[in-house]
Amino acid sequence: MKYWRKPLDVERIKVPRGRVYVIEERCKGCNFCIEFCPVGVLAASEGFNAKGYHPPYPQNEEACTNCGLCEVICPEFAIYSLPRDGKEEEPHE
Amino acid sequence: MSQVEKPTVIPLKHPRESLLREERLPHIWCSGCGIGTALNCFIGALEKSGLPWDKVAIVSGIGCAGRAAGYIKLDSFHTTHGRAIPFATGLRLANPELKVVIFSGDGDLIAIGGNHFIHAARRNIDMTVICVNNFNYGMTGGQVGPTTPAMAKTTTSPYGNSEHPFNLPYLAAASGAVYVARWTTLHVRRLERSLTEALLKEGFSFVEVISPCPTYFDRMNRLGEGLDMMKSYQESSEIVHGFDPRKADIDLRGKIIVGKFIDIEKPTYLDFQKEIQARVEGEPS
Repeated sequence: MKYWRKPLDVERIKVPRGRVYVIEERCKGCNFCIEFCPVGVLAASEGFNAKGYHPPYPQNEEACTNCGLCEVICPEFAIYSLPRDGKEEEPHE
Repeated sequence: MSQVEKPTVIPLKHPRESLLREERLPHIWCSGCGIGTALNCFIGALEKSGLPWDKVAIVSGIGCAGRAAGYIKLDSFHTTHGRAIPFATGLRLANPELKVVIFSGDGDLIAIGGNHFIHAARRNIDMTVICVNNFNYGMTGGQVGPTTPAMAKTTTSPYGNSEHPFNLPYLAAASGAVYVARWTTLHVRRLERSLTEALLKEGFSFVEVISPCPTYFDRMNRLGEGLDMMKSYQESSEIVHGFDPRKADIDLRGKIIVGKFIDIEKPTYLDFQKEIQARVEGEPS
């Protein structure tokens, strides 16, 4: 992340890191998660699921902060995020 | 990069599945419909509220949103059309320990069950009513309903609707509800918090959830897909807590005022019942 001025507490604050999981067969391709992900982790995949929709995939998973917005905005209960194994990481320049 | 595709291989379990009848998923709601999001927020609110799950009952009526009772893994009942509130009233009075939640649509709660709605609010029966408002009768083919904005097109008003719609927060507040809020399906975090408050509130609490209906209402009015509606909420909605619900009308393509409008304390129906019972039995009340 780039800052125009270094925050005073940048050493103290840890940014949580998450990993996104997609239950592809449930997805109906509404694209809510892709549009509203605050850090732009998701993108529509090229492939189809059984119903003919393009489920999302994490194209930029390093950016996921495990905020859980995709999980709560998904009408299909098809996506969720969990803390990544490394748990927490410091924000990087 | 090869790690990215990996997670789909391991068996995936959605964290909200503890409260979902997952064998019934995927649900019947269309792509881009907001009812699933409203249900998702409601399950989140149930988890946050800390209510014991064997003391919560979900009641719903007929319609798209009425299917929600079938997807939640709690005591639930799918009533006849418009009669969710009478059934819930009986449930609440027969078993005062129960927390009764009504999850239904605007056609069921306000059109066919309109009188039940205002009288339950008047009596201040302790229940939580969640009304998913998609501005038309979605399940039966997008007919005009009592919440359809004036001049909006539906399948039964192809040249425009000549009726004024109900303003649901005003209707609930005027009838005597103690908690009235309105959110759209875009405001997921605020909706979840508001639903938690409504669940823990003593008395008749009402939350209206504005939802896209991409198959009928949005298509007839050229409003685009569900995603376009969600983006339009970003621009057209304005959060004003404590707003006078009289002025919270919704016009087609107009501004949507959202927020918590009413939060007051009032004795409930069961409070009065207990007082009367004590008086009849000769005890000082």
